[in-house]
Amino acid sequence: MAHRKPPLREVHADRGATFTGFGGWEMPVEFDSIRTEHAAVRDSAGIFDVSHMSEIEVSGPDATELMQRLTTNDVTALDPGDSQYSCITDGSGVILDDTVVYALPDELTDADSPEPTYLFVPNAGHDEQMYERWTTHCDEWGLDATVDDRTEEWAMFAVQGPDAPDLVADAAGSDVLDLSRFEAAYATVAASECLVARTGYTGEDGFEVLCPWDAAETVWAEFDCQPCGLGARDTLRIEMGFLLSGEDFDPENEPRNPYEAGIGFTVKLDTEFVGRDALERAKKDGVDERFVGLKLDERGIARHGYELRDKDGESIGHVTSGTMSPTLGEAIALGYVKRNYAEPGTRIRVVVRGDEKRARIVNTPFLEDK
Amino acid sequence: MFEVPDDLRYMESHEWTTTDDVARIGITDFAQDELGDVVFVELPDEGDELTKDEEFGVVESIKAVSDLYAPISGTVVGVNEALFDQPELVNDDPYAEGWMLEVEPANEAEFDELLTAEEYREQTE
Repeated sequence: MAHRKPPLREVHADRGATFTGFGGWEMPVEFDSIRTEHAAVRDSAGIFDVSHMSEIEVSGPDATELMQRLTTNDVTALDPGDSQYSCITDGSGVILDDTVVYALPDELTDADSPEPTYLFVPNAGHDEQMYERWTTHCDEWGLDATVDDRTEEWAMFAVQGPDAPDLVADAAGSDVLDLSRFEAAYATVAASECLVARTGYTGEDGFEVLCPWDAAETVWAEFDCQPCGLGARDTLRIEMGFLLSGEDFDPENEPRNPYEAGIGFTVKLDTEFVGRDALERAKKDGVDERFVGLKLDERGIARHGYELRDKDGESIGHVTSGTMSPTLGEAIALGYVKRNYAEPGTRIRVVVRGDEKRARIVNTPFLEDK
Repeated sequence: MFEVPDDLRYMESHEWTTTDDVARIGITDFAQDELGDVVFVELPDEGDELTKDEEFGVVESIKAVSDLYAPISGTVVGVNEALFDQPELVNDDPYAEGWMLEVEPANEAEFDELLTAEEYREQTE
């Protein structure tokens, strides 16, 4: 099946980007070098085209009820312009996706509706599945809400790094500097109305800018900083210990509930949602395995799928993401281990191409363990 | 375009070798560019035997892991240990400072089975 293309596919190709298939999209993986792009985000600023992320809009009188029942966090805590990290779980509490839910700022919210309009951002390639899930449940529960898949109407860019606030303020007006983390506002960038949110996936200060698909080129050009691909996005998020859908959790290949995955803070058991009862039991019983960070103490790199063992050679878990950290110059990884091995400082082994390499459990974000 | 020195011989899997009495082996400019930032190299020890077309080590970039294949059979007589601390030499200078092994060839006729520079250029165009 042909990959979907972001609106700036050819602009990136002309700039010399190399591409990769990700979530059914053909996305830039590298513009210059992962090391250069990674360093730009940590030291100054970089811009990522993340138009492969999905956008689903939910409006109408029962929009809040529908969002509340299908996400694990408490959407009633959101004022217009707020956003929150959340999970979408199945009936057994397994994470189907993680997402950011925005209660859209007032200006574009339907004046006739007493309920906020929501926009949530599922991972790449999940838009159809989530649209189906929302519309099916809306009908089943007899709710009055409208669900729209806006994935190919909104392009999305992430401007990240210590210099990002100034860059975004220059492009969108200095009001955006008043936004706190996880707050969003409408702002005009290159004569287009955009949603500008102080969110991101790199651990740095920065913004995500949603703009109309057909304005993507002029909006992108407003930000004069290092273009970055998915390669640097991956090394940056691993350094922060952030989960990647499909790698660190996946309903088919890596079924995990939010407590195992270390994001139990997204679960509000005093709300009603699909998977709530299963998660209440999981919280009460505790989890068998936990998501941890680890560092290798010998030469080698731990990659997705590598086995973890204890000093006696017993299997205790596996790696889900790993890389050589460009910032630390050390091999770092994320994965799941049996809970009695999850304490920072615990000595373990990683099986790298058949050889056991010494490693230890460390706190995440890795950067704070420097 | 990628550099493909005329005096080397090449494998389809992007290793190069000199044809000297002690042959030097590495990966090509094309290969290092495809891999991106090289961050780790795993190589055999001096005294180990290589068998033509079989794996002899691993090169890892931030984004990928690739096996290394022996262009010729022979005995390892030198290992570029600088790569253990500076794997980026493979990116910076793949035909000189980024060399990987020195090998005493077991059968010099094997050089003739490898691609010439011209043939390798055609493959990577």
